Amino acid sequence: MNDTTSLLLQPAAQVGPPLWLLAELTYRCPLHCVFCYNPVDFAHHPDELSTEDWLRVLREARAAGSVQCGFSGGEPLLRDDLEILVAEAHRLGFYTNLLTSGVGLTEDRAAALKAAGLDHIQLSFQDSTRELNDFLSHTRTFELKQKVAAIIKANGWPMVMNCVVHRLNIDYIDRIIDMAVALDAEYLELANSQYYSWALLNRDQLLPSREQIERAERITNERRAQYGERIRIFFVVPDYYENRPKKCMNGWGNVFLTVTPDGTALPCHTAGMLPGLSFPNVRDMDVKAIWYDSEGFNRYRGDAWMKDSCRSCPDKEKDLGGCRCQAFMLTGDPAAADPVCDKSPHRHVVTAAVDRAQGQLPAVHEAPLVFRSPEESRRRRAITASVR
Amino acid sequence: MTATVTEPVVAPRLSKKFRLQWEDAQHAWVLLYPEGMVKLNQSAGEILSRCNGERTLTELVADLEQTFDTTGLQADVVAFLRMARQQLWIEY
Repeated sequence: MNDTTSLLLQPAAQVGPPLWLLAELTYRCPLHCVFCYNPVDFAHHPDELSTEDWLRVLREARAAGSVQCGFSGGEPLLRDDLEILVAEAHRLGFYTNLLTSGVGLTEDRAAALKAAGLDHIQLSFQDSTRELNDFLSHTRTFELKQKVAAIIKANGWPMVMNCVVHRLNIDYIDRIIDMAVALDAEYLELANSQYYSWALLNRDQLLPSREQIERAERITNERRAQYGERIRIFFVVPDYYENRPKKCMNGWGNVFLTVTPDGTALPCHTAGMLPGLSFPNVRDMDVKAIWYDSEGFNRYRGDAWMKDSCRSCPDKEKDLGGCRCQAFMLTGDPAAADPVCDKSPHRHVVTAAVDRAQGQLPAVHEAPLVFRSPEESRRRRAITASVR
Repeated sequence: MTATVTEPVVAPRLSKKFRLQWEDAQHAWVLLYPEGMVKLNQSAGEILSRCNGERTLTELVADLEQTFDTTGLQADVVAFLRMARQQLWIEY
């Protein structure tokens, strides 16, 4: 390694530990959500880490200072070693979170997870057009959620309900909130869809209008006042409607470590899309070395990588230039300012999408919704060229 | 409810919604909850780790003053417990 390279690889001053470990156990999933953030080419990565690999990752991450552990996917309940992994995470002192659609969470499975020491379950609405209809008519989805929520409460777990909000369901936000309260959730995350992966493919159908968002926020505030301490409601506005970008992942390589099903370690779950950057695999490298020493985790740490316009910006500490993936998807350059920023020369790309969202939905025959599925995934690979 | 947590005979305890744990990697007590963490400064950690539902406020203050060989901590402890109650970290 020559001197220039080692300078480039110098980590930002005082890099803290990877406090949050997201273990994406599998890309397999019984659902077909149109906003899924799993990579569009997930079907090309069917390889999954073994139980032993995951146990080693948990031990290494805990030794490196990780304390929150999320088991996610895909649908993590499709791994039949989930209980083994939760038990080890618990033994190591992690706070363990299961992020699930609830499909497959039987009473037996819940009891086994409880015995393993699982601390918390985040239950998501599985939402596609058909299931949305089910939900709105309070039939199938409601029954499943009711059953699963009852199991969660019976085991004494705190429950976070997560609902990805978008153009097709945002007008029913009052019903979503009331349902979360009826199911006794402690927290409700109304997370507007972020436009990555499958959601980016469907952006024109999913991005709500400004009027829809304002109405939903107003209703959310009314419900907050009505329900008080019974439930904490988080409402995340889509960043396309902001003038400054989000501080993505609270800073690159600052808090979050994602391990994908095949063992690739990423600073966020979508960073694998970035070109010209290699990310290490937990099969080849210890978690501590991955976090502190790998090129992938050091590339966008701090502000040394920034272009002049970002580096000289008075707000750079607030947002660290926004999201690298969004910059790459919308401008082709992962080191550009996130074009959500109104100082970005590419802001017009975001503005154009927002302008389209104020009009009518595109007719279905012009732009059908793309449902996440292995078949669809195999048909597509890189999506960036088509949306720029 | 918020005010009464600071009565001398009340014995505050950590809410079941949170887990308090010492983290070597951070050299700090942390409060863990679903998908989140609060890193406590030293005095907050020393106070919260003594909120076991048995020690009254008076005993808690005495314990701290003895441990750190000082006096006059009552006002700081009361202020912290008020805030902790607002955050729903403690019950009583």
